[in-house]
Order: sequence, then C-alpha cells, then structure tokens
Amino acid sequence: MPRSITHASFTITRQWKHAPQRVFEAFAKEGAKAKWFAGPPGWEQHEKVWDFREGGREVLSGRHPDGKVSAFDCVYRDIVKPSATASGRIIYSYVMHINGIKISVSQAAIEIIPETGGTKLVLTEYGDYLDGYDDAGSREHGTNWLMDNLGKSLDS
Amino acid sequence: MLNYQLDRTFAALADPARRAMVERLVQGPATVSELARPLPMSLPAAMLHLKVLEESGLVTSEKTGRVRTCRIDTKVLSQAEQWVGERRQMWERSLDRLEAYLDHTKPKDQA
Repeated sequence: MPRSITHASFTITRQWKHAPQRVFEAFAKEGAKAKWFAGPPGWEQHEKVWDFREGGREVLSGRHPDGKVSAFDCVYRDIVKPSATASGRIIYSYVMHINGIKISVSQAAIEIIPETGGTKLVLTEYGDYLDGYDDAGSREHGTNWLMDNLGKSLDS
Repeated sequence: MLNYQLDRTFAALADPARRAMVERLVQGPATVSELARPLPMSLPAAMLHLKVLEESGLVTSEKTGRVRTCRIDTKVLSQAEQWVGERRQMWERSLDRLEAYLDHTKPKDQA
C-alpha cells in the first residue's frame, strides 16, 4: 500500500435544550460517556482505560458486529468546565487503529457553549488520515456510501 | 481544503436528479442526452444539474463533435474522502446517542 497522508478537518454543530454543565458531564464522567461513546449494538468491548484529566488517557477498543476491531486511544490536552454563562471545552489528540492498522492521528476540539435555553456544541476534528483506507472500497462503493449517508451529513 | 471539497460534493448530491445522474455514471460514461432522458425534466434543466455536478468536481465532460460525454471523476470519490466522511458519520452517530442520553436523563425539575 503506498504511503500517504490526507490532511482534513470537519466541523459538526449541534444545539440542545440541555444545560452546558450536563453536556460537559456526559463527556467527563465514565458512566455517562459509556452510554453514548461506544460501538453499535452488538459491539464487544475489549480494552478500556479511563483517566479524564489533562494529560490523562482514554482507550476504548472492541469488536464490531461485522468483525472489524477498532481501537481509540486518546490523550486529553485541555479541559475547561463550562458554567451556565461561560463556555467550556475539551481538546484531545487521538490515534485510531482498525484491525491493528493505524489509520489516523487526529485532534478533536469540543466546544460547549451556553445559549439561551440550552447549549451549542461545536466539534472540530483535524486529522491526518494515513495510507488510504482498506482496499475493499471501490469507487462504486464510495458513491453509494456518499448517497446513503447524505442525509445525516447534511443535517449537521 | 478537503473539507470544502466534501461540502461541495455533498451539496451536489443533495438532489435526486443529480444523484440519478451520478448513479448512471458510476456504471460508465454517458452522453448528456442519455443522462437527461430518464429524468422528468427538459434537456436544459438537466444540463443545469449537470453543471452543478461538474462544478463540484464529481463529473467531468468532454465534447467530441456534437456529442458531450460525461464521466465520474474518481479523484473526488476517493477512498480518503470516503474515509473522512465515515469519521464524520461516526461522530454524528455518537452525538445522536449523546442527545438521546441527555433527553433520557433530564432532571425532573427541568422537564
């Protein structure tokens, strides 16, 4: 496989009718994060490390129902708790492995911004995506994928 | 830069007529009239859609004599972009779950 790096970034914005402190806790507390940050139904967890503090590490790996094994390994770099009036943020760098192959080195910045009646969450990921994806993805597959997932991407 | 390209790609595909054209072109090059024929619209309307696809970079065309032939540009549908899109979609799914979690665990005094 040829060596290559694709440099990319994307931003996702969500607005919720929930207090910024609650949104922050959903990232900051192990039990709360486990409710939403995991694999799809049928996912089998392998390794887990949880140390939510600046310099701390989080690891989550496991097997997906389709047999794929993914591993997320992150280090928290900046953590600022929001208040009812002041924004908070979480910035971490992370590496993703799929089936033992390192596929990306990324940084994610999550801004938790108080708004009238709720919270605006702005997630920006900057990534170095390594050596292309697995060779199963043909052009046709890519096209179908784009179409299948269009709605979700446009919603953001 | 890639982010911008993805935005244009997704915007270009946010229309059923343009998706139909791309689906047709994935199977091989086609002329403008071949692309327009199955669509419930005039040829000039179909050509406007084609223009959007060309501007997004998804489709290229070249004219030979009186016939313009269109084809998919493989670079735009590259695996790398598919992959970035998957990462984005992973986040979308996680944030959907986070929202459901927040809704579900909402304190009663805030209901």
